[in-house]
Amino acid sequence: MAVPELHRYTLDNGLRVVLAPDASAPVVGVSVHYDVGFRSEPEGRTGFAHLFEHLMFQGSESLEKLAHFRHVQGAGGSFNGSTHPDYTDYFEVLPSAALERALFLEADRMRAPKLTAENLANQIDVVKEEIRLNVLNRPYGGFPWILLPPVLYSTFPNAHNGYGDFTDLEQASLEDCAAFFDTYYAPANAVLTVAGDFEVDRARELIGRHFDDVPARPRPQRPSFAEPPPAGELRDTHVDAHAPLPALAIGYRMPDPVNEIDGYLANLVLAGLLADGDGSRLQQRLVHREPLVTDISAGAGLFGPFEARDPDTFSITAIHPPDVTPEQVLAAVDAELDQLAANPPDEQELAKVTARWSAALHSEHDRLVSRTLALGSFELLYGDAALVYGLADRIAGVTAEDVAAAAKALRPDSRAVLVVQPGQGGSQ
Amino acid sequence: MTSPTSPTRTAEEIGRTPQGPRPLPPLGEQRGAADLSHVDTKIGNGLRVLAVRKANVPLVEFRLSIPFAGPDTLHPATAEILAETILTGTARRDRVAIDTELALIGGELGVSVDPERLSVSGSSLASGLPTLLDVLADVLTSASYLDSEVTREAERLVERLAVARTQPRVIAREALQQRRYGDHPYTREVPRAEDVALVVPEQVRVLHREAVLPRGSDLVIVGDIDPDGVVADLGRVLADWSADASASVLPALPALTGGDVLLVPRAGGVQSQIRLSAQSLPRTDPRYAALQLANMTFGGYFSSRLVENIREDKGYTYGAHSGFEFTGNTATVQVEADTASEVTAAALLETRYELGRLGLVPPTDEDVESVRQYAIGSLLIATSSQGGLASQLSALVSVGLGMDWLLEHPRHLAEVTTEQVAEVALEFFAPKNFTGVVVGDAELLGRRLTALGGVTVSGDSVS
Repeated sequence: MAVPELHRYTLDNGLRVVLAPDASAPVVGVSVHYDVGFRSEPEGRTGFAHLFEHLMFQGSESLEKLAHFRHVQGAGGSFNGSTHPDYTDYFEVLPSAALERALFLEADRMRAPKLTAENLANQIDVVKEEIRLNVLNRPYGGFPWILLPPVLYSTFPNAHNGYGDFTDLEQASLEDCAAFFDTYYAPANAVLTVAGDFEVDRARELIGRHFDDVPARPRPQRPSFAEPPPAGELRDTHVDAHAPLPALAIGYRMPDPVNEIDGYLANLVLAGLLADGDGSRLQQRLVHREPLVTDISAGAGLFGPFEARDPDTFSITAIHPPDVTPEQVLAAVDAELDQLAANPPDEQELAKVTARWSAALHSEHDRLVSRTLALGSFELLYGDAALVYGLADRIAGVTAEDVAAAAKALRPDSRAVLVVQPGQGGSQ
Repeated sequence: MTSPTSPTRTAEEIGRTPQGPRPLPPLGEQRGAADLSHVDTKIGNGLRVLAVRKANVPLVEFRLSIPFAGPDTLHPATAEILAETILTGTARRDRVAIDTELALIGGELGVSVDPERLSVSGSSLASGLPTLLDVLADVLTSASYLDSEVTREAERLVERLAVARTQPRVIAREALQQRRYGDHPYTREVPRAEDVALVVPEQVRVLHREAVLPRGSDLVIVGDIDPDGVVADLGRVLADWSADASASVLPALPALTGGDVLLVPRAGGVQSQIRLSAQSLPRTDPRYAALQLANMTFGGYFSSRLVENIREDKGYTYGAHSGFEFTGNTATVQVEADTASEVTAAALLETRYELGRLGLVPPTDEDVESVRQYAIGSLLIATSSQGGLASQLSALVSVGLGMDWLLEHPRHLAEVTTEQVAEVALEFFAPKNFTGVVVGDAELLGRRLTALGGVTVSGDSVS
């Protein structure tokens, strides 16, 4: 496949723009990534970045409450937003006739969102329902993304619950909202991405028309969230009242996703080799040969790869029967990692992972939502949207020795182990 | 809480600019989707094949759908074990060899089963299509179901079922199915662990032989392919997958009638599940387009009356939704919301109010225009990727429709009148047509729900 066309430029107010035209279907994707995620929330305001994401849909100077949804859907489109450790994204995918409408909506809330006490109270209720749905009322809620970080990390930004505690959410005030917006939602702290069916000159003109007069504000200094890796094995236990079976999450630190990208990619290949498919090493041994676990998975990033800066987490998670101990699972995982570290994989084993990554990246590119969001997040985190198109080749360039080195770095004496125990009575 | 570098504005100052509100720009000209070359035919073994060229990326996706109903009480457990073990070995390949060959072409195969169908989905790099089809044919004609694999997967299945049965949505779905259809085979979506323990490997082999059949089944394949060539290839590689019998179709479902909502106790939950359902119209019905628009107005998209009421106005729920469930030649509508226990009764009251209001205060021209654009646009978006198009077509093909429906449906939506939407809204969304369940903490919910009326308290509790 030829490398797709890509244009990148910056407006006078500092807003970075990525344009990726592709006329294969008459639809267009628009996204805005703001360079703030839940790692930037202050103590006492856990969950605030996500709550604020909800508020950004509640109206702006030209748009009453509910108007954003109606204008997107009434044009045949869909929308969403999501809050990540290091950024928050907003997007619309629409029939291409609605491009200017989507740009207008994003510009209006970047310029002047309507932050009201009534909408804040309403969205606190909605977010609490979201947390009940996704965490409190189900088995393995927040496993491992909420439960593992406080074991692996010691500083508040990395360790705290990004969904937030109810008490913190209830304390959120309009003043907090105003300060958060003024600090972090500056155009210079954002990336606008347009992908799909449009003409480049026309898109540039429309972007200028709607975003040029969003007033510039200073780009906030981005803090470092660096902290040393654990000096030993850190353990904790979580009792889950809804879970019928025990579970286990092992968390490791991994190379800096941005500044050590090849080391990071070696960890992605390692994850595939360990747990992707029936032929992978942990599946073969722990699910089928021994068998110790019901299901096991491994991966980079607690929400998936390429969505956080340093520090990022490599995790292995498993659900297992009650008669298997965490030690048995850990011993088998360690044995497989030792084996890989000592004997690098052969070419075929690498080729399997490389080909599946190649297909997965093509498939991501084929879905306009994921293509738009990937371009935006790579521009934001890596300063280079084009990296998206080079990933398959870079992954294919990972060598057997790189993978062995990555396996060797996942040390038992520097990791977190979270054990989930079924609550009293098991199947509440 | 934060310390910005410049003096902070108030929320009110942030929300206004000197210029004031700006007008919403109009929509531009919309271009239609490109025509896709395709072939829709039956191959020699009776399998219907729809092959579509859509070459955005060098991949290929297929969906194979086999009617797979069975009256036997052990059928759900046997079928589930079959789905879990069909990829664990053939006459020519073992479990690891299957995964290795697929991985080397960037391929995946997945198998799932429900009371109506066995579904096999697959994808790979387009260059790997011959291998993908070879593995598929091998699995369909010679899956071996070794004792050791069946025993191990049955063991895992019991563990996974234990996990599934603690998911509120699974619990609520089982309760709704029983409320709607009693003990019809359609209700047996999640097998019972005790049944799984009774299944012996030979029963799985027999089920494959007798029920994994091409006649009456269909396969949709979409991607960077030559449709004629792929159809010829499929005819050749699937030639040995043949039988005179047809795949087994689920007996027709009885039409739903309205009734009390059943309160199903689930102790300890911090949220309840509201699930309501009524008879609806299938895609083959001439009034389907109007009903689709009525449903969207009610709860089928975010800007619907239900979401704007119980989420955006009252904060009772994170997500409320109303959508169709297509089964055989019939359809029902499902209304769903998960809400905190203290507001569950109020949320049910509002939901019933909105059901009644849809017929009595029907959507306006503007409302209908909004859902019309949404219905047309979301179909365009959903079918703009290979995987999305394959899944959409598979749903159509399984009820005897095809590419024509996909191309003509936007025109049908464009022609629906506001009066037609009002007519079907009154007929199909009348509160008296609905039955359903609320699953939640009966001690907290019972008094308020029974006060509301139209609610029966169940004696049985689910854990």
